[in-house]
Amino acid sequence: MTVLADAVAVWIFVLGLYGVATSRNLIHLALCLTVMQSATYVHLLVAGYKRGGTAPIFSGVPLGARTVDPIVQALTLTDIVVSVTVVALILALALDAHKLRDTIDPEELDEFRG
Amino acid sequence: MSPGTRRVVLVPALAVLAAVIGAGLADLPPFGHPHSPYGDLLNRVAVPERHTTNVVAATVFDYRGFDTLGEEFILFCAVTGVVALLRDQTEDTGQGEDEPQNDALPVVLMLAFGPCVVIAAWLAAFGYLTPGGGFQAGVVFAGVALLIYLGVGHRHFVVAARDRVTDPLEGLGAGGYVVVGLAALIAGMPFLHNLFGPGETGTFASGGSIGLLNWASAVEVAAANLLLFTHFLGAHVAPLVRGGGA
Amino acid sequence: MIPLQVTAFVLVGLGAAAVVLVRDPLRQLVVNGLYGLVLTSLFVILQAPDVALSMLVVGSIAYPLIVLIAVARVRSREREGAGG
Repeated sequence: MTVLADAVAVWIFVLGLYGVATSRNLIHLALCLTVMQSATYVHLLVAGYKRGGTAPIFSGVPLGARTVDPIVQALTLTDIVVSVTVVALILALALDAHKLRDTIDPEELDEFRG
Repeated sequence: MSPGTRRVVLVPALAVLAAVIGAGLADLPPFGHPHSPYGDLLNRVAVPERHTTNVVAATVFDYRGFDTLGEEFILFCAVTGVVALLRDQTEDTGQGEDEPQNDALPVVLMLAFGPCVVIAAWLAAFGYLTPGGGFQAGVVFAGVALLIYLGVGHRHFVVAARDRVTDPLEGLGAGGYVVVGLAALIAGMPFLHNLFGPGETGTFASGGSIGLLNWASAVEVAAANLLLFTHFLGAHVAPLVRGGGA
Repeated sequence: MIPLQVTAFVLVGLGAAAVVLVRDPLRQLVVNGLYGLVLTSLFVILQAPDVALSMLVVGSIAYPLIVLIAVARVRSREREGAGG
């Protein structure tokens, strides 16, 4: 079970990296970046999971019950919402590149022209 | 390097990377039995100390409140960057020809508007008692404003979500967070220290400044996302208005 | 509980592969929405309801909007360039 959980996180990360490296479209690249980010979310939550534990919310659950780690959830939850704006920034850059160079293919955008 | 060559070089390199990461992860504790002393401590003391039943919200807004301040400013800067980049693609002519084509859509969306606002307000208000919180609620608030665009058209959406409203709201959210932290500083305690009394567990008046910070981040996330959506939609509607590639 | 967790992990792995291997951005967006749903289920199974709410809300409201508009803008500009 440990092997599966860790392997899935590594698999998603490497897959996202493959997508970013071989992408022919900047928008496809942005979505592959989100896949890479989701690998870190999965890994964080796997690291905090306690077998037989419940969510760290104590309304209705007695104090002292076995709960999972709340800190990794705190890290992940703000990260998910903030990464939307970062992806929006990448997409705005892609739109700008398309306006200037008429292409969103990273292969063709590899020269720096003034 | 041609794409084919790149693929041939990439796959073995990624395999090596995966092996190295896997070797690093192998020394972590097994799945289901973590070593998390800080997490256990928080689970034990959060409810007696702060009287908030949602320990994750207490962590985000109180125990690790400084990290959340940093995240909010990432949000702020990224949205500023997007607005600056899309500025010359947005023509705020206010005459969107993007009206919905049939009559069923506006009715359904306007009927959905009320319940969605209630859901967003519930997520924000009960965020530190049950699952939820300012961040999720902020995105739902922005989505609710999108319902106006989908139901009634771009013209009314631009009026409802104009920059003169969302810009100050975003500043209010981010600034409100800092002001609550500074208030603790003025009262002689460390920055972002929980200022007010913990209150009674399970009610709205629990957690002290957690509730205030919760609403401040809801406002900030809602305004930031709404700014994002407005400027993206402006970039989309502009060519339709010009009569170009429609 | 264990078969549920195994299923969720396997589905997440397959979903990620699907998102990366679909090349057209518009179709990839739909697959990304499904991937977000699978991730949300995994987060619920790992006892993280706040994180699941975040992922759900973001994957159904924010991502479709910004990616759809980027794709539409690129296409309309290409059509403009080809026509004009």
